[in-house]
Amino acid sequence: MANARRPSAPLDRMDCVETRMSDPIIVAEDVHKWFGNFHVLRGVHLTVSRGEVLVICGPSGSGKSTFIRIINRLEEHQRGRIAVDGIELTNDLRNIEAIRREIGMVFQQFNLFPHLTVFENITLAPIWARKVKRSDAEKQALELLERVGIPEQAQKYPGQLSGGQQQRVAIARALAMQPKIMLFDEPTSALDPEMIKEVLDVMGELAASGMTMIVITHEMGFAREVADRIAFFDEGRIVEAAAPVDFFTAPEHERTKLFLSQILHH
Amino acid sequence: MQNREILPPPMLRIGPLRWLKDNLFSTRYNALLTFLAVVFLYLTLHPTLEWVLWHARWDAIPANLKLFLVGIYPMKDVWRVWVCVYWILLLLGLSGGLWGRLAREAALIVGSGAILLLLLPFSWMERLWILGAVLGLFGGLSIGWLLRERKSWRKDVIILWALSPLIVVLFLGGLPNNPLLSPVGTNQWGGLMLTFMLAIVGIASSFPLGVLLALGRQSSLPVIRWISILYIEVVRGVPLITVIFMTSIMLPLFLPAQVRVDQALRAMVAFALFTSAYIAENVRGGLQAVPRGQIEAAKAVGLSGMLTTFFIVLPQALRVVIPANVGQFISLFKDTALVFVASLLDLFGMAKSILANPDWLGRDREVLLFIAFVYWLFTYFLSRMSRRLEKALGVGER
Repeated sequence: MANARRPSAPLDRMDCVETRMSDPIIVAEDVHKWFGNFHVLRGVHLTVSRGEVLVICGPSGSGKSTFIRIINRLEEHQRGRIAVDGIELTNDLRNIEAIRREIGMVFQQFNLFPHLTVFENITLAPIWARKVKRSDAEKQALELLERVGIPEQAQKYPGQLSGGQQQRVAIARALAMQPKIMLFDEPTSALDPEMIKEVLDVMGELAASGMTMIVITHEMGFAREVADRIAFFDEGRIVEAAAPVDFFTAPEHERTKLFLSQILHH
Repeated sequence: MQNREILPPPMLRIGPLRWLKDNLFSTRYNALLTFLAVVFLYLTLHPTLEWVLWHARWDAIPANLKLFLVGIYPMKDVWRVWVCVYWILLLLGLSGGLWGRLAREAALIVGSGAILLLLLPFSWMERLWILGAVLGLFGGLSIGWLLRERKSWRKDVIILWALSPLIVVLFLGGLPNNPLLSPVGTNQWGGLMLTFMLAIVGIASSFPLGVLLALGRQSSLPVIRWISILYIEVVRGVPLITVIFMTSIMLPLFLPAQVRVDQALRAMVAFALFTSAYIAENVRGGLQAVPRGQIEAAKAVGLSGMLTTFFIVLPQALRVVIPANVGQFISLFKDTALVFVASLLDLFGMAKSILANPDWLGRDREVLLFIAFVYWLFTYFLSRMSRRLEKALGVGER
């Protein structure tokens, strides 16, 4: 346990980045998670400010995906605390639903509903979970499809779209709930190379509009241009978090340097 | 690179001789198998057809047709059965016109079946009734076809379908103290009509019950889960015939003397209870086939557990299990023959009692072959419709 509590430079650094952007919307303190005996998260400390774009990278199995799934309670953390927009994450069902309404999520495998049309995918949750009037929900869905650039696909089924189009629908579906935070779990990893850009463009536009975003990705070009901060995960911890310029030019930790050298010069 | 225009696929021309060679005589073994199959078919089909066409005495069937179709339902009230048939066929026709190819195919198959019936040696009166049914079906089909652009009609037709059970029960069962619709107890219902009633009520009530049981089995509440598992495992461990015995003979012993549950209704309860356990197991397979990501996505957009089940999980799960469930319904349709143990005279029971009549002594083969053919006709129709439904819903495509 001494390990988990190791006071470290990255934490200090993070604090110092934070002071530049106040008004935290996500606060995670000493978050732990086990899968059986496997200690996936070993004390994650993180504060995300309103409007910030945080990119998370790190080797597979480092717990980054588990961490963002904990933020909207697709997984439960077993120690520590997380608060989203002032709401503490507990087992209270009302809290969970309140938090999920604040957070949109985009998955690696899109997870669109295959038996519903694109339009129905987007309007289902607003109509039934937020009790928006059908006509309003449909109007909003059209605007969102316009925004992600595929208004002409509204009546198709997900299976009829390309991967890039599906992922853009998934983004529109998440935005339809008018979330304050968007989580992206490797949104471009399942895409053919030529489709990655169309999805990243939509995400860049979203970031520019002031959305708070946490993005797990290995698209370092996107991280460099769009992120306010990059956090590097390894072995269930945030090893280092810094603004892109510092992160790429002057990484502090050996582990980060190794990772960067592997993904940047292959 | 030089071949830039799009080419049509190469033409394949296969003459009958070439087809024979490719499919029947491609190798020595296949030639031998073909020869053996022909010999086998000759040896079995020849005497069968000879018997069917020349030696069989089919007179028992036309003479007892009314019994086969409606049992001992009072002759003067048979028109009420026709009213129900007309109602259903009219709705089938309307649906066939209003909806896509699936309902239309069902309507067309039933319609052509009815036209074929006209060719059989019925009396003129009966032919008139059948002709009316054909006209009703195709009339409905054309009206539906003309109205197919007006979507609001679909809702109306669904409401009419929902009213059907009421209308059927009203016309067949009648009302007390009503001269026109005098009451006819279910002990007088019989034949194919009773078979249909048992099967349709069994299917319509076992399906929702089965879905509920499947969901209960997956529930996170232990009590509900245990009750569901107990129910499913007990019912699946018991032969159907014992369930029918239980509901028809033993149930009255447990109920107070004033409460008399109708015999046919008791049989329906037995079928619904029995089949629902199997449906539940099929549906459970479907529920497990829905990827976790679907449920996570539904949660992530803020849908509650109930809404997730209703909008995301069930539609996908039920679609996958259509073939298995239709199989279950087909076996329910055939198993209705077991109600003879509850002294109900469905198609099979009627056949047995006709054979017990000295007038028709020794016609067992003819009568049993006939009812087997009738069962086959309807089960084949069901399985064909299920295959069309699978295609229409895109089972196996994601």
